[in-house]
Parts: sequence; structure tokens; C-alpha cells
Amino acid sequence: MALQSLKKRNNELADPNRQLEILSKGIFGGDELPTFAEKIKETNHFPLRPKTLEILQINLGYMCNQVCEHCHVDAGPDRKEIMTQDTMKLCLEVIKNTSANTLDLTGGAPEMNPNFRWFVKEASKLGIKDFIVRSNLTIIRANKKYYDLPQFFKKYNIHVVSSLPHWTRGKTDKQRGEGVFDKSIKALQELNAVGYGMPDSKFRLDLVYNPSGAFLPGDQVSMEKEFKKALLEDFDIHFHNLFTITNLPISRFLDYLIASENYEDYMYQLVDAYNPAAVENVMCTNTISISWDGWLYDCDFNQMLGLKVESKVKHISEYNEDLLMDRNIIISQHCYGCTAGAGSSCQGTVA
Amino acid sequence: MATNSYYDPSDLRKFENITEWSKELGTKFFDYYGKVFEEGALTAREKSLIALAVSHVVKCPYCIDSYTKDGLQRGITKEEMMEAVHVGAAIESGSTLVHGVQMMNKYNKLSM
Repeated sequence: MALQSLKKRNNELADPNRQLEILSKGIFGGDELPTFAEKIKETNHFPLRPKTLEILQINLGYMCNQVCEHCHVDAGPDRKEIMTQDTMKLCLEVIKNTSANTLDLTGGAPEMNPNFRWFVKEASKLGIKDFIVRSNLTIIRANKKYYDLPQFFKKYNIHVVSSLPHWTRGKTDKQRGEGVFDKSIKALQELNAVGYGMPDSKFRLDLVYNPSGAFLPGDQVSMEKEFKKALLEDFDIHFHNLFTITNLPISRFLDYLIASENYEDYMYQLVDAYNPAAVENVMCTNTISISWDGWLYDCDFNQMLGLKVESKVKHISEYNEDLLMDRNIIISQHCYGCTAGAGSSCQGTVA
Repeated sequence: MATNSYYDPSDLRKFENITEWSKELGTKFFDYYGKVFEEGALTAREKSLIALAVSHVVKCPYCIDSYTKDGLQRGITKEEMMEAVHVGAAIESGSTLVHGVQMMNKYNKLSM
């Protein structure tokens, strides 16, 4: 596991422009592989346009207690970018009037934002149908001040979505850091203890699986069965659904792909597995992503690549949903990650 | 493109091109192949491990690459994969050793 973010290490891949340059040249620069734009033109999906807005995904900051090998956010304890209360207030205004039915808080570890609890409390008053917090699990065990998070989530009827790359210790710790598996198991048991993830419980606990290496995720239904069986037998843990997510070739995962000489093979895999049916429901068509400093993006990945929405409205302070929904979605070769196989989104497969 | 090796990893993704020179047989083969690996009396996961073991026994580098990746995608652990390879190796070495009985029979027959 990396100990510092790419940014802290002054790695060239901390620069989104360098990432976009890599993704546009080489195998995509000649006639070896089609660019994503060329590929979706073949199936009449260009330009990619939004459909109905369903999800507002708010990134509360890049600070995290973990430094995962594959992290597309380049998050870590050394990242200081977090959303201020003023920006949160602007977000609350938007949530009040949006047609979206899902609010999705992510990070970093969103719980590390000092105004996280205030924001959840205020947002929960606004009648959002599905209120998600993406919790990395270990945060619940990271410090005493987080120990009561399961009860806090329950109080505000939060839908908890947590990452767990494998049901074995070895593979989990390799991707996410030493000791992460044991802490995650403990956190899951604590969430179960207050009712999260239990069969028929209204307190939703879903897990996210993303491959720990240069390969695509397996079938979501089969993986869910494997996870459920292993976690129940070994640790008496329950959860509701498993979302399989493909690692997109940006940020730290791109760094890993290049350093391990897997980049070209991985991109071939993504392009070969291109599925037009996945393009139909790709998450940028139903999501707006908001960064810690209030800028608007087509998705969390475009946020990390610094690709602000192609709209007159670019910031939460000037939010106008009608104008925003009338835009072309910005694409590059990283988008192949969301259209491979059964597709991939923050809500799992899409095809 | 010509290479100075009999095996080129990039040839694997050209596998389906064999259909170009014999459409009927190639298509039948790939239909059959796909059907074999579907969930049936055996799970797709079990079939993947069998395929990995057989890949080693027939010493096919393309198959080894494919079914190692397939196993990873299915969440199969490296311990499970290595045990499968040992099953293949045990059958292969057993197959050599069981012929020792033939040697013993022949030896005994020819000896006074």
C-alpha cells in the first residue's frame, strides 16, 4: 500500500492533464484502439447526453484515513481539501429543490469532514428518498470519536455503502493496507449489531467490491453469493447487496497500471469488453458530481480529472438544473471503465 | 506481425479469428466452448478451476493466462488456484507412475 498520495509525492500523475495526455496518446493515438468517442459513435451514442437526474453525489473532501492502492481520488491523510460549511449550505439549497431522489456522500472519508454530522442532520430534513454515505468501514474503528457512527447512521436512516475488496484478509490488506480487513470486519459486526444489513432490516448496508489488480470484476450476482457465504460462515456478518465496480484507469490505479506494465493490456480488456447496453445507463447520465469546493462534474472520475461540466452553469453557487441537464457529457478513454462487460457505476453494474 | 517466438501473448485476443478460415467449425467450437463453461451441475467457479488445472497439464500458456485472470475475476484465491494446479500435476505424474506396473509386468514376464 502507498503511504502518501500522488500529490504529496509530487508524482506527475497527480496532474490531471498528464493523466489525460497518457489516456489520449499511445495505443489511442494512432489506429491501434478506438477512442471512446469513436467507439460510442459506432453505436450512435455520441454525444453522450444526460437523462433524468437521479443522484446528487457530493464529495465532502479528499482527506481519508486510508491510502488505498487503487484510489481514483488520490485520497489520504495528507489531503487537506475538504468542503466548508458555506459550500455545504449551498448544497442544502440545491438538495431542497432538486428532482434527484438520491443523495450520495463520498470522499475521501466523508466522516472526517468536521461538519459531516451537521450536514447529514440538515440534509436528512429535506426528504431525500435514498441518503447514501460511502463509508470505508475502518473509519468507524479509527478513533474513539467515530465509534458511535453506526448509531449516528441509524438515527438519520442513512444507507451505508462500504468497500471491501475481498472476503479474505490477504487480498484486502494488500489493496487497502495492513490491518484494514480486521478493522472492516469489526465495523461490519458493529453495523450489524445496530440492525444494519440484517435480513429484512430497513437499514441498508451494501458492500462495494472492486478488483485488487489489473482485471475486471466478475459477475455481480455470483460475487455477491461468494461474499455472503464467506462473511456469514467466517464472521457471522450480514449485508444486503454487493456492487461490483471496475477500476478506472486514472490517478493511483493508472499509476499502478503503468508501474506494473499492465496499462496496455488493461485498456485492451476494457475496449474488448465494451458493451453498448452499458452506455445506455452509464452513471454520468443520471448523476451530478459536486466537488469539495463546489464545482460541478459529470461524475466523480471527471471530477478527479478536473473536467468540469460543459455547461454555462459550472458551480453550485449558480446551480440551475434545467440548464445543467441540457449539456454534453465530457468523455475520454477512462470512460471505457464504465462500459466494460456488465458496466460499472457507484451503484454497481448497469447492464 | 512476425515474432521470433512460437507464443505471442497478443495472439490470444485473435483466437476468434480461427473462424475466418472455417466459419462452420469455428462457430460450432465457440458455441460449444461457451456452453461448456455455463453454470450447470458444476458451478462456473468449479469449471474455472478445472480449466486452470487442465491448462497446466496441456501446458497451454494462453489458457494459463486466461484462467488465472478468470479466477481472479471470480474472487478465487491463489491458494485455491495452486491446489488446482497440484491436482493436475498429481494426475499427470500418477499417469506416468501407473505405467510402472506395465514395466513391472514386462520385467517379470521376461525374467526367469
